[in-house]
Amino acid sequence: MVQFALNHAWLVPLLPALAFVIIVFLTRPWPRVSSTVSIAAIFSSFVLASSIAYGVFTNPGFIEKPLEYSLRWFGMEGFTVKVGVLLDPTSTMMLFMVSMVAALIQIYSTGYMEGDPQYSVFFSYLSLFAASMLGLVISSNLLQMFVMWELVGLCSFLLIGFYTFKISAREAAKKAFMTTRIGDFGMLLGLLFLQIIFGTLDLTELAQRVPAFEQFGISLGLLTLIAILVFIGPIGKSGQFPLHVWLPDAMEGPTPVSALIHAATMVVAGVYLVGRTLFLFAEVPGAMEVVAFIGAFTALFAATIALTQREIKRILAYSTVSQLGYMMLALGVGSLSAGMFHLWTHAFFKALMFLGAGSVLHALHNKADVWDMGGLIKKMPITGWTFVIGGLAIAGIPPFAGFWSKDEILAVTLQYATHGHSLGYVLFFMATFTAFLTAFYMWRMIFLTFFGKEKPENHPHESPRSMTFPLIVLAGFATLGGLIGTPWANYWSKWIHFGQPHHGEPSIGLMLLSVFLGVAGIGLAYIFYYKDEEKLRVKQLAERYQTLYKISFNKYYVDELYLWFTRTVVDAGAKVLYWFDIHVVDGIIDGMAGFTKVSGRGLRYLQTGKLQTYALVFFLAVLVITVVLAFGNPTSAGILGGGK
Amino acid sequence: MNFDFSLLTTELALFVLGLSTFVLGLVVPSASRRGLGSFAALGLLLVLGIAVINWSNQGVLLNGMYLVDGYANFFKVMFILSAILVILGSFRYIDQHVGHHFEYYSTVVFATLGMVVMASAGDFITLYLGMELMTISFIILVAFRFMDTKSLEAGMKYLLLAAMSSAVTLYGLSLVYGATGTIIIGEVAEAVARGGNSPLLVIGLTMLVAGLGFKVAAVPFHMWSPDVYEGAPTPVTSFLAVGSKAASFAILLRLFLGGLGDLHGQWAMLVAVLAALSMLVGNLVAIPQTNIKRMLAYSSIAQAGYILVGLVAATEAGVKGVMFYAFLYIFATVGAFTVVAAVYNKIKSDEIADYAGLVQRAPLAATVMLICLLSMAGIPPLAGFVGKFYLFQTVVQGYMWLVYLGLIMSMVSVYYYLRVVLVMFRDDPKDPSPIEFGSAANMTLIIAMVITLVLGIYPGPLAEVANTAAQTFFLR
Repeated sequence: MVQFALNHAWLVPLLPALAFVIIVFLTRPWPRVSSTVSIAAIFSSFVLASSIAYGVFTNPGFIEKPLEYSLRWFGMEGFTVKVGVLLDPTSTMMLFMVSMVAALIQIYSTGYMEGDPQYSVFFSYLSLFAASMLGLVISSNLLQMFVMWELVGLCSFLLIGFYTFKISAREAAKKAFMTTRIGDFGMLLGLLFLQIIFGTLDLTELAQRVPAFEQFGISLGLLTLIAILVFIGPIGKSGQFPLHVWLPDAMEGPTPVSALIHAATMVVAGVYLVGRTLFLFAEVPGAMEVVAFIGAFTALFAATIALTQREIKRILAYSTVSQLGYMMLALGVGSLSAGMFHLWTHAFFKALMFLGAGSVLHALHNKADVWDMGGLIKKMPITGWTFVIGGLAIAGIPPFAGFWSKDEILAVTLQYATHGHSLGYVLFFMATFTAFLTAFYMWRMIFLTFFGKEKPENHPHESPRSMTFPLIVLAGFATLGGLIGTPWANYWSKWIHFGQPHHGEPSIGLMLLSVFLGVAGIGLAYIFYYKDEEKLRVKQLAERYQTLYKISFNKYYVDELYLWFTRTVVDAGAKVLYWFDIHVVDGIIDGMAGFTKVSGRGLRYLQTGKLQTYALVFFLAVLVITVVLAFGNPTSAGILGGGK
Repeated sequence: MNFDFSLLTTELALFVLGLSTFVLGLVVPSASRRGLGSFAALGLLLVLGIAVINWSNQGVLLNGMYLVDGYANFFKVMFILSAILVILGSFRYIDQHVGHHFEYYSTVVFATLGMVVMASAGDFITLYLGMELMTISFIILVAFRFMDTKSLEAGMKYLLLAAMSSAVTLYGLSLVYGATGTIIIGEVAEAVARGGNSPLLVIGLTMLVAGLGFKVAAVPFHMWSPDVYEGAPTPVTSFLAVGSKAASFAILLRLFLGGLGDLHGQWAMLVAVLAALSMLVGNLVAIPQTNIKRMLAYSSIAQAGYILVGLVAATEAGVKGVMFYAFLYIFATVGAFTVVAAVYNKIKSDEIADYAGLVQRAPLAATVMLICLLSMAGIPPLAGFVGKFYLFQTVVQGYMWLVYLGLIMSMVSVYYYLRVVLVMFRDDPKDPSPIEFGSAANMTLIIAMVITLVLGIYPGPLAEVANTAAQTFFLR
C-alpha cells in the first residue's frame, strides 16, 4: 500500500479531479450522490496521502533525496515542459494536511449547505479546488505549480461569488480575482526570468543552478529583482500587505469555503511557494529582508485592524492575514521549519474557528455581528468549547498547537537578530506585540460571542452531527498537533528544514514571555468584555481615542485609497487610452479589416468557375516559376540562354 | 531475389477488402447492400489493426522501389484512420443522396490503397501508380452523385485538371530521371550529391512542385479545389481534403527531402513563397464565402500553406511538424465535414446562414464543429495550436517573415471560423426541430473531438512517434 501510494502520488490530485468531472457531467441532478462522490474521492486521496506520509516519514532517506518522477508534457529544442511529482517531507506534510482538512470540510458542508439549490455545483467546485491545490503541492516544477496556482485562484473566484444573487459576493469575487492577478503577473515575470536565465523551471534543477547564478552571467541585483518578482505572487495569494484587501472581502463566500480556501489551504500556497523557492531567496539577503519585513508588518497591521472589527468572519479573516504574516516572517528570517510549522498548526486551529463561526452563523441565521451574540456556549456546547480550544491555540497557550509554532517563530526571529541583523530586533518586537494583540482580539470575540448574557432574540441550537464531527477532529489536532515540534523533541525541524536543521536550545525565558503575552491578552479581554457587563470601559476608550478607533475600524482606509487611485489616476489614464484606442488603434484595425475584406472579395473574382481559366493560371504559374528560377540560377541561366 | 511479402500485409489486406466489398455488393441482394458500409468500416478497422501490429516490421523491397519504414507506416495508419472516419460519417449521406453503396465503399477503399502505396513509394513508377490509383478513384467519387449537375461538373473539372497535373508531374519525374539516370529516390539523392545541380533538375523540380502543389491545393495551383470541394458529395470532399492532401504531402516530403534534399537551396524559397501565397489567398478569400463547403475549401488551402512551412525548414523538426499537423488536421477536417454532411441531410443546404441555432438542434454537432474550427484556427489548448507551434517553430531561424505571416493569417482565420460559431450559437434557428445524426456519424464526431482535445493537451506521445519516423530522411 505504502509503496503503491508513493509511486502513484499523482492519484491524490487526480481523484478529486475525476470527482469534479463526474459531478459536472453525470450526477449534477442528484445532490446527495454528488456530495458522496466528492467526499469519497477526497477521502481516498486522504488515505493515499496518509500512506505517502507514512512512507516518507518512516524513511529518513527522503530528507536528502526526495522522490521525484515526471512525464514529458511537450517540448522543443532547448525547452521541455514536464509534469511531475516531487515528494519530500514538506510536500508530504502539505499533502496530508490539505487532503485531511478538505475531507473534513466537505463532510461539514453536507450539513452546512443542506437544501441549497446549487448543492451539487458547490461540491463540484470543492472537488476542483481540492484537485488543483493537491496538484500545486506535489508539483515538481514551477510552471506546473503556476498552472495549479491559477486554477486554485479560479476556484476561489467561483466560490467567493458562489451566491451569485448577492451583489456583494459578486463584487468580492471580482476583487479577489483582480487583486491576486496583480500578484500572479509579477510572479509570471519572475518565472519567465528564471526560465530564460537558468533554462529550467524544475525545482530540483533550479535548486542546483541558482546558487551558482554568477556562472549564468547575472548579477546579484538582477537575482534580487527576480526573487522579488516571484514574491509578488505570494503577496497577492497569501494576502500580504499591500495586496491583502481581497481576503477579508472573500468572506462573502459560504463559510466552509472561507475555512478551506481562505484560511487553511489556498492562502498558504504563497507561503508554500516561498518555502519551495527558499533556495532562491536565500541567495539574496535583500529579498529575504523584504519577505521578513512584509511578513512582520502584515502581521502587526492586520492585528490592529482585527481589534475593532465587528463581524465574526471578518475578525477571523484579519487574523488569518496576520498569521500568514507570521509565516512569511519566519521564512524571511530563513527558517523553513518554523514557517511550515506555523502553517501546519494554523491550518487546524483556523479551520476549526472558521467552521465554528459557520456553525454559529448557521444557528443564528447569518447574524454576523459579534455584539449581537452572547452566551452561545450554553446552547451550543460543542461549537463553543472547540472554539475555545482554537482560541487558546491561536493565543499561544501551552500545550495547544499554536504555542509551539509561534514560539518557534519568535525564537528564530530572535536568533536572526542576535546574529548580526539589527533589523531583527524590530521584527522581534513587532512579532511579540502582535502575539499580545492576537490573544486580545481573539478572546474579545470569544467572550462577546460565547460568554456573557444570552440575547433573548437569539434562538441558537447546536448544529447537526455532520458539522460538529469535523470540529471535534480539528480541535484534537489544534490541541495536540504542535507536540511534534516542541523544542525538547523537535521531530518537525528534523524533517522539514532548509540548509542545516535548526538546533535551538529550548529557551525558557522566551517561552515564559510568549505565555505571558497570551495570558495578558486574554486577561485584558476578560476584564473588558466579560467582567464589565455593560462594556462601558471599552466604549469610553473608543470615545477617547476616536481617531485611532476609526482608522482601525476602517482598515487604515486602504480600500478607499485604492478606490481613489483607481478613480483618479487609472480612470484618467484609461480615458486617454480609450481615446487613443477609438481613434488611432481602431482606425488602423478597421482600415486593415476593410482592406482584408476588400482583398478577399477581389481575389474571389479570379475564381470564375471556368476550366480554361484554371488551366491558364496553372500553366502561367509554372512558366513564371521556371523563368524566375532560370534567371535566378547561374547554372540553368547558361543553358536556357538567359543572362544576368 | 528475396521478396518479403510480409512487408506488404497492409496493402494486400486493403486490396482484398476493396475487392471483396465490390464482389459482395454484386452477390448480396440489393436490400442489404447498405450494410456494406459497416462491412468496409469493420474491414478497415481490421486493416488498421494489422498496420499497427506490423508497425515495426520494416524493410526495403525491390532495391528501394518500395520502402516500408516508420515514415510510411505513420502515414498509412493516418490514411486508414481517416478512411474509417469518413465511411462512418457517410452512411446516411450515401443512403439518402447517392445509393450505389458497394461501388462507393469499395472505391473509397481503393483510394486508400492508392494513398498507402504513395506513402511507401521508393521510386517514381510506384509513386505515380499510387497517385493515379488514388486520383482516379477520387474522380469517380467526386462525380458519384451523377444525377446532380454540380457533382458531375465537379467531377469533370477534376478529371481534366487532375490529368493536366499528372502530366506535369510525370514530365517533372522524367526530367529528374534524365538528369540523374535513375528512378529510385534513394539513388537520385546519391546522384544529386555527386553531380550537383543541373538545369534539367531545376526544371524537373519546378514541374514536381507544380504537379504536387496541385494535389495539396497550394496557391497558385489551387483553383480547382473550391469548385470540386463544393460540388463533390460532402463525405468525398472530406476524404479529398484529408486523405488526398496528406498522401500528396507524404510523397512531396519523400521526394524533396529524401531525393532532392541537397538542392534545398534551390527549392526552399520557392516552397516558402507557395506557402505564403496559400496562407494569404486561402485565408483572405475564405472571408467572403457564404457556403460552408467553399469556406472550408479555402481554409484547407490555407492549412496546406501552414503545412508547407514544415517542408521549407527541411529539418527533422520540420518533418515532425508536418506529420503531426497532418494527423490533427485529419480529425479537425473530418469532424467539420461530418457535421456539414449531416446538416445537409436534414436541411438540404450548405449555406452558413442556415446553421443558425445549430446548438439547439444538435448540441453535440455544434460543439464538435466549434472545437474543430477552433483547432484549425490554432487556439490553445486544442491540437491545432500545438501543430502550428511545431511547424512555425522550425522556421524561426531563417524565415521569420513566414512566421509573422502565419501568425497574422491565423488571426485573420479566426474571423471566418468564429463567424460560423457565432451563427451556430447566437442566432435562433428558423426551425428548432432537432437534427439526428445516427450513431455512426456521432462516433466520428466524438472521435474527432476527443482526439483534437487530447492532442492539444498532451501532444507528447504522438510527437515522439512522428519524431522517430521523421528521422528516416536524416540518417544519411
